[in-house]
Amino acid sequence: MATVRKRALRRPELDLDRFRWLLGLVVPAILVVLWHVLVTVGVFAPHQLPGPLTVATTLYSMAVAGELTGHVAITLQRVAAGILLGVSVGILFGAVTGLYGLAHDLLDPLFQSTKNIPSLAWVPLFLLWFGIGEGAKVTLIALGAFFPVYLNFSTGIKEVDRDLLEVAEVYDIGRLESLRRVVVPAALPSLLVGIRGGVGLAWMFVVAAELIAASQGIGFLLSDGRVMSRPDVIVGSILLFAFFGNLSDLAVKGVQRRVVDW
Amino acid sequence: MSSTGDRDLEPRGGDGADSDQPALEVSALRKAYGDTVALSDVDLTVDHGEFVTVVGPSGCGKSTLLRVLTGLEERFEGRAEIDGSDVREGGSDDVGMVFQEPRLLPWATVRENVAVGLDGPDDGRVDDLVSQVGLEGFGDTRPDELSGGMAQRVSLARGLAYEPELLLLDEPFSALDALTKYEQQDFLLEVWNRLEPTVLLVTHDVEEAAYLGDRVVVLGDQPGTVERVIDVAVDRPRERTADGLVPVRESITDALGV
Ligand SMILES: Nc1ncnc2c1ncn2[C@@H]1O[C@H](COP(=O)(O)OP(=O)(O)OP(=O)(O)O)[C@@H](O)[C@H]1O
Ligand SMILES: [Mg+2]
Repeated sequence: MATVRKRALRRPELDLDRFRWLLGLVVPAILVVLWHVLVTVGVFAPHQLPGPLTVATTLYSMAVAGELTGHVAITLQRVAAGILLGVSVGILFGAVTGLYGLAHDLLDPLFQSTKNIPSLAWVPLFLLWFGIGEGAKVTLIALGAFFPVYLNFSTGIKEVDRDLLEVAEVYDIGRLESLRRVVVPAALPSLLVGIRGGVGLAWMFVVAAELIAASQGIGFLLSDGRVMSRPDVIVGSILLFAFFGNLSDLAVKGVQRRVVDW
Repeated sequence: MSSTGDRDLEPRGGDGADSDQPALEVSALRKAYGDTVALSDVDLTVDHGEFVTVVGPSGCGKSTLLRVLTGLEERFEGRAEIDGSDVREGGSDDVGMVFQEPRLLPWATVRENVAVGLDGPDDGRVDDLVSQVGLEGFGDTRPDELSGGMAQRVSLARGLAYEPELLLLDEPFSALDALTKYEQQDFLLEVWNRLEPTVLLVTHDVEEAAYLGDRVVVLGDQPGTVERVIDVAVDRPRERTADGLVPVRESITDALGV
């Protein structure tokens, strides 16, 4: 009886929650309409800000012409490779500095101070070192993805609840097992926060890389749009970045929710 | 104060027990945290298979004493030996501890938490324990869905699953209602009878100290030291209302200075 009533009470609440995310679309939708109206009315000159329909048409025709796929694919490829590299190295250094005080004291000050160097500042040096090939771009993106992963994982490991480590010690779990069963799960939430930040920064760094030294990619489209005075291409590229950036963030968030379910 | 006593205690001698060494020997133990002296001049000897309860006011160093015995506290003065070897010389496999807080792994299920100290298959031991601490059906539940008292029982089950020769328990029933507490006390006695570990149990509860212990160690305050050791000469199995327990409770209360 009691459970039945509880369920009845819970139902509508649950249904509402399921559609809650739609609320987040309301304001952007209004903005797009506003954008359209302002351009049509003539508040913005079309050569500065084309209307949303123009942008959509441009993107569509580029897609149909097969032009877009190449740009998008190469950017996604760079970002994926950069994330893979950056996250792996971040996990490696995060683990080593989190577990060993000596490694932390030796390396952490270096990483802490380099993390604040703006992405664009690296570009000339990377061009010099790695040329204008894919290597330079992937390395730059990896650098961006590295820092949040490193910082969060290292701190996550260092801050594992001492109480739980004592449990592992008293129950003689053994070093390796206690890493596997206590330290890693305890640091996993921090690691995922780091990966989320790293993926975000990877998108920032890919723009830096592609704006300056690329003949393909969404970032190249951006700068090409400026050179060709095509604001529709510029806005379209920005929207593409927004779309894929959000998509990757949602993906990591999904993993996060699935893995950290306690 | 020596607490060996001169009474004739039948050594229950668990299997691996070293014949003539006491299960536990502490002498002139002093433990300070900076300026806070938590324990001073503590002497205590416990024989194999003995059940000793420890009572004392809050902050008198009961948990500290157990921490020293588990080897978690590296720095202290005096001697603390288990089966004749210093507690600081590597963790003993034979010491289990039920902490004052549940300290469960939040990402692990109740069953996984209980099985933490075990390697390899447990022959249903874990499931048995889960149901015997009254958590049947909660085996796959995560700790954040348990009440405080349930979490405490998981922690107790974890300690018992480990089957140590020396079992240290820090107020293991403090979060339980009276009835559940009685059930769990009797369950602990049953396990003690079956596996014959040496038990050192810390409690605030005078009645519990008298009912469970072969001896009751009363710690005094500031710094914590052994105030009195009281033998509980009441045959087991005991009735909670046994006449013999009344004077014991009185002595404890008396020693506590209540
Ligand atoms: N890690 C620590 N650092 C500093 N002081 C500590 C630490 N642990 C305990 N103490 C101090 O040592 C004393 C004894 O603490 P302990 O936890 O052993 O008391 P207790 O008898 O278990 O109390 P309770 O019954 O409330 O659990 C207290 O004065 C406490 O402040
Ligand atoms: Mg305590």
